[in-house]
Amino acid sequence: MIQLENLTHTYSSEQGKNVAVDNISLEIHKGEHLAILGQNGCGKSTLAKHLNALLLPTAGRVIVEGMDTKDESKLWQIRQTVGMVFQNPDNQLVATTVEEDCAFGVENLGLEPKLIRQRVDEALATVGMSEFKEKAPHLLSGGQKQRVAIAGIIAMRPQYIVFDEPTAMLDPHGRSEVIQTMQKLNKEENITIINITHFMEEAVLADRVVVMDKGKIAFMGTPKEVFRQVERLKALHLDVPVVTELAQAIGAETGIDGDILTIEELVVSLCR
Amino acid sequence: MLRDVTIGQYLPGNSLLHRLDPRSKINGVLFFMISLFVINNMVGYWLMVISAVGMILLSRIPLKYFLKGIKPLLLIIILTVILQALMTPGEIIWQWKFLHVTKEGLIQALFMGTRLVLLVSITSLLTLTTTPIVLTEGIEKMLNPFKVIGVPAHELAMMMTIALRFIPTLIEETDKIMKAQAARGADFESGNLIKRVNALIPILVPLFLSALKRAEDLATAMEARGYHGGEGRTRLKELHFAGKDYGAFGMAVILLLAAIATRVLF
Repeated sequence: MIQLENLTHTYSSEQGKNVAVDNISLEIHKGEHLAILGQNGCGKSTLAKHLNALLLPTAGRVIVEGMDTKDESKLWQIRQTVGMVFQNPDNQLVATTVEEDCAFGVENLGLEPKLIRQRVDEALATVGMSEFKEKAPHLLSGGQKQRVAIAGIIAMRPQYIVFDEPTAMLDPHGRSEVIQTMQKLNKEENITIINITHFMEEAVLADRVVVMDKGKIAFMGTPKEVFRQVERLKALHLDVPVVTELAQAIGAETGIDGDILTIEELVVSLCR
Repeated sequence: MLRDVTIGQYLPGNSLLHRLDPRSKINGVLFFMISLFVINNMVGYWLMVISAVGMILLSRIPLKYFLKGIKPLLLIIILTVILQALMTPGEIIWQWKFLHVTKEGLIQALFMGTRLVLLVSITSLLTLTTTPIVLTEGIEKMLNPFKVIGVPAHELAMMMTIALRFIPTLIEETDKIMKAQAARGADFESGNLIKRVNALIPILVPLFLSALKRAEDLATAMEARGYHGGEGRTRLKELHFAGKDYGAFGMAVILLLAAIATRVLF
């Protein structure tokens, strides 16, 4: 479990202070798929960087599996427990071949070369990139690069993976590659997923959605509970999935309820 | 077009030289260079030429790749040869006004030319048979003993790896920026030198900004993946010093001894 207790983070600059995360308390449970939604500048990326001690709280605490992120002796253990995938696929690959890059994190753990080889092969197979292992990263597509980045993280065997807008720079095809991988990790490998995003279609897939606004949690709940509140979301300049909006618009005439998140659900309730 | 740039000049192959540990190869090149400067007579030069040709044959790399390596240095080599021929005092065999060529000069020129050609060929041989990344690893391992006197072996190697990783990315980016600027009417082709250099500024500024941004992102990503320097780090592919590497080392020592012997005996 990751616990955020009254987490506050303030960036100080010459222009003054900017409270990016404002007194947030949240518990992230093992095995869940959590989506954090919010428009640009709402503090969601700052929040994400606290989960593996890349940033430390200005006030409050972050406890990862009982380890306080402020405890420097636990730093590397925390980073192994909570992996992180970033937005720009190019800027997180270190090595000149796919397999060397995948090995980077495991090499930092100081494992035996044999064990590294085994973990790298497994991780690349999990994300479906085994056949590319000798390739140079710059020859891959965005979605493939992002999958290599994910493989590099899962080779370290983390319990949590934080995705910081992993699909923001990808084309639709790359996006679905990454989303599928994310779902697979959550369902098959039982890794807790924390997906920071501003795509509603991704948030729909989560078990729980946290909506952030101006550094605070605006509201949270299951995707159905969250997306039911169309007006509230719109007030925060967030979209509702198109299908949900359509269902609500035609709800009065057709008698279907507004709790619809996917096309399949809409079809089923319309045909009833 | 910019995308086709290859880093280093590695030529894939499976010869004995390709399979040698990079450390043996670097070490071999060093010994060869020292030997080149030890020798001072015809026997010595024959020794070096024969051993260099032997290695080139062993690498099974076509001769044209070595000629390609020599080409950019051709002017310097020719200049050195001419100067040697003209400047060495001794028995005059040809004279025109104040210029004169001596017998000793001709021999010196021949020696110098051979020396330079061999030097370039043998370093080409190293880069032709070794990938840049393996070469980097070899350099890191060889610098390791000097850590005690403060040589940052791991850091240097890491920097080289990252540079190799990002050169293609940055080339792509340059390409993109140039096209974007050209689309807005920038002209890189015409005008005098100063004009053209000025035209590069709108390319370099965004390129540098983005490179710095990339560096920051990469540093964060590396930290997030538990990077904390070379201490306690292991590698996926460890270098192995096999039997053939000891053999190569032995050959290098023999070559140096032979070079010294030619100097003493002849």
